[in-house]
Amino acid sequence: MNDTQAWNWEHAAAVLPELLEGLQITILATVVGMVIASVLGLLVAIVRRSRLRVVTFPIGFLVEFIRSTPLLVQLVFANLLFTQFPSLAIGCVVLGVHYATYMSEVYRAGIDAVPKGQWEAAIALDLPRSRTWGAVVLPQAIRNTLPGLGNYAISMFKETPFLFAIAVVEMYTAAQQYGAETFRYMEAITMAGLLFLLVSYPTSLLVRRLENRLA
Amino acid sequence: MPENDTTPAIQFQGVGKRFGDNVVLDGLDFSVAKGDRVTLIGPSGSGKTTILRLLMTLEEANDGLIYVDGDPYTHEMRGDKRVAIPEKRRSLVRRRVGMVFQQFNLFPNMTVLENIIEAPIHVLGKPKAEAIASAEALLDKVGLADKRDARTTQLSGGQQQRVAIARSLAMEPEILLLDEVTSSLDPELVADVLGVLRNIAETTDITMLIVTHEMQFAREVSNRVLMFDGGKIIEEAAPDTIFTSPTHERTKEFLRAIL
Ligand SMILES: Nc1ncnc2c1ncn2[C@@H]1O[C@H](COP(=O)(O)OP(=O)(O)OP(=O)(O)O)[C@@H](O)[C@H]1O
Ligand SMILES: [Mg+2]
Repeated sequence: MNDTQAWNWEHAAAVLPELLEGLQITILATVVGMVIASVLGLLVAIVRRSRLRVVTFPIGFLVEFIRSTPLLVQLVFANLLFTQFPSLAIGCVVLGVHYATYMSEVYRAGIDAVPKGQWEAAIALDLPRSRTWGAVVLPQAIRNTLPGLGNYAISMFKETPFLFAIAVVEMYTAAQQYGAETFRYMEAITMAGLLFLLVSYPTSLLVRRLENRLA
Repeated sequence: MPENDTTPAIQFQGVGKRFGDNVVLDGLDFSVAKGDRVTLIGPSGSGKTTILRLLMTLEEANDGLIYVDGDPYTHEMRGDKRVAIPEKRRSLVRRRVGMVFQQFNLFPNMTVLENIIEAPIHVLGKPKAEAIASAEALLDKVGLADKRDARTTQLSGGQQQRVAIARSLAMEPEILLLDEVTSSLDPELVADVLGVLRNIAETTDITMLIVTHEMQFAREVSNRVLMFDGGKIIEEAAPDTIFTSPTHERTKEFLRAIL
């Protein structure tokens, strides 16, 4: 019994290949999730600026609904609802939609930070809406949103263990599986935690540098 | 509406504009003939900027009608009802009007050249090569040919304003609105910008509506000065007349204060 309590380096090494495989899924889910969150978040931010209440009201309600319910519940619910899709795909989409509601706020702030004079110059030149957004406002707004995007990417990365609940074998699930097979949870979970740290800490340093450069 | 030379470039008919309880313009009537260079003067808050912004559709009038070259612009009468003109039709009139802002409002994410060719390509549908050629000619005219590929943020205020002037000229406007275009410039940079505008006044027949505190400039460039106060034009005359022998008491006071 005592033996199982002590830290065992052999197990720590043995779990690594499985964890690294899980890490690939973790990173995949984060990247796909962030792509969905970035695109969908931008669309939500633009649509919510509309003056049409028939459009803004339902979108606003949906955003509030998604933000007010736990990610874990959303994952399990979507997995029960869409049994015909692979769990990994459902996980990516749910992560993406969940974070889109936060990303839309980042975009909104970025768009609001573009000076009024830029919109007015666009009107004075009679630019069509598509050019005003595409060539003038968004290039300036998105610059402001890059640090926010980075921060949410890190926090999404750290929330991928919730995918455990829908049996996607990302890094945390891989660690759990190793623990269940060998009863060496301590080594498996610790190593998984270290790998999370190894990825997210340098990334957060990068984001902070980006923040300083844009400030 | 049939065109003829007496159709004014700009016509305000009973235009009213309020911000909340603040009545800025009240039944304003005035017109600017084609090719006129008109300077608006008047105390701070009298509504000079508002007039230009109405002409750029940056504000919406509460009453009255505005015509550009005889065409109804933002509203028209249908029977005895004043109705808003849809955006598509406004846009066709608006592209004949250009505006230069006090704060330049260049697009910082584009180079100088990109700022100038953006609208000719995407609004007028000019081929890119042609847009670039005219942009280069305009840059030459405003004395910034060597800044073609510079970022706008690397330019001085005076240079930015000259790019902004070139950008609005690239749309070949019939009417050019200038709102205190030298007010945010260091004194030593003002002369370059005024020089460019004087050159435009001499070499084109663009109708110009100018708001400025540079009375010397108003005197050299404009052929008519409108004095605004209390939402109305209280005096209008040739610059020499109004600056040397204003008739209205408020005009005298105003000119005494700024000259
Ligand atoms: N967007 C706005 N909202 C509320 N009030 C406004 C707005 N724009 C202008 N006003 C008010 O309208 C009045 C006229 O403003 P305007 O800017 O046209 O004056 P101006 O003659 O250009 O003055 P200045 O010489 O100081 O530039 C002012 O009382 C101003 O406070
Ligand atoms: Mg003003």
